[in-house]
Amino acid sequence: MSALLERLADARKAGDVGRLAEAIPYARWMRIAPENGTGELLTRMRYHDDLIGNTFLPAIHGGTLGAMLEMTAIFHLLWETETETVPKIVNITVDYLRSARPVDVIARATVTKQGRRMVNVFVEAWQEDRAKPVATANAHFLVKSSDEAPPSL
Amino acid sequence: MDKDERIALFQKWFSDAIPHNKALGLKVIGAGKGFASMQLEWREELVGNPETGVLAGGPLTAMLDGCCGMSVATMLKSPEPFATLDLRIDYVRPAEPGKAVIAEAECYHVTRSVAFTRAFAHHGDAKNPIAAAAGTFMLGTKGRPTRPDLDRK
Repeated sequence: MSALLERLADARKAGDVGRLAEAIPYARWMRIAPENGTGELLTRMRYHDDLIGNTFLPAIHGGTLGAMLEMTAIFHLLWETETETVPKIVNITVDYLRSARPVDVIARATVTKQGRRMVNVFVEAWQEDRAKPVATANAHFLVKSSDEAPPSL
Repeated sequence: MDKDERIALFQKWFSDAIPHNKALGLKVIGAGKGFASMQLEWREELVGNPETGVLAGGPLTAMLDGCCGMSVATMLKSPEPFATLDLRIDYVRPAEPGKAVIAEAECYHVTRSVAFTRAFAHHGDAKNPIAAAAGTFMLGTKGRPTRPDLDRK
């Protein structure tokens, strides 16, 4: 059992999904963490200056939005589905809808299709106004265990 | 302008001047008309799975976005601002722990409004990719151009 799945079991016991992020160095570095304080599972990327991609506007780097959408999908699959393995990302397509201002980014994932081996996930990210998403993504994940090392997590 | 000067100029504009690219430590290693190449050193805080040391998907996404963007800049007749419209990443196989990742992007077509790019990430052998990307960019967006003036001495 991986450390992340052990962490998942701890987080479930405590009812605090935020603990999942502690097991992932990249999530800590990016300040990306899931939260369920409102009863809805969301993932937040806390604003810090290293996220900037355009200093003139200023705007958050598109790559960091892609990264947080991907993490949002992973946290969602770990927390909301009966996964026995860490989901393995196959691909992700990100649509950039608006420039993201230098404030927190919040995202929510939904499973579009749950297959036996493959899951299709849709993710939407916004800032102050949920009706005005800054980016959306569709991603595929393999969720069946195999001996092959996972690409990302 | 010789090759080293051109690379130094792109390093300044596409890594040093972009806070997130600088935070990742992206190093420009190639620049030509329609072509951009960058290198990312492995480091612990970019890891997705601490047990395997495999990089998270996020740093690759940010690097491929940045590298595709730089390839667009090499195609523009005059400097103008642009922004990522969409970005697809296929995670072909896991990055190997401890190894630097190289991204090579090509901007293969530019219209008045949109630039089309594709890219691969690998460990030195482009025939054996870690990830593949396809990105489109919207030209003439708000802001200030991110492009060195190559004709200026």
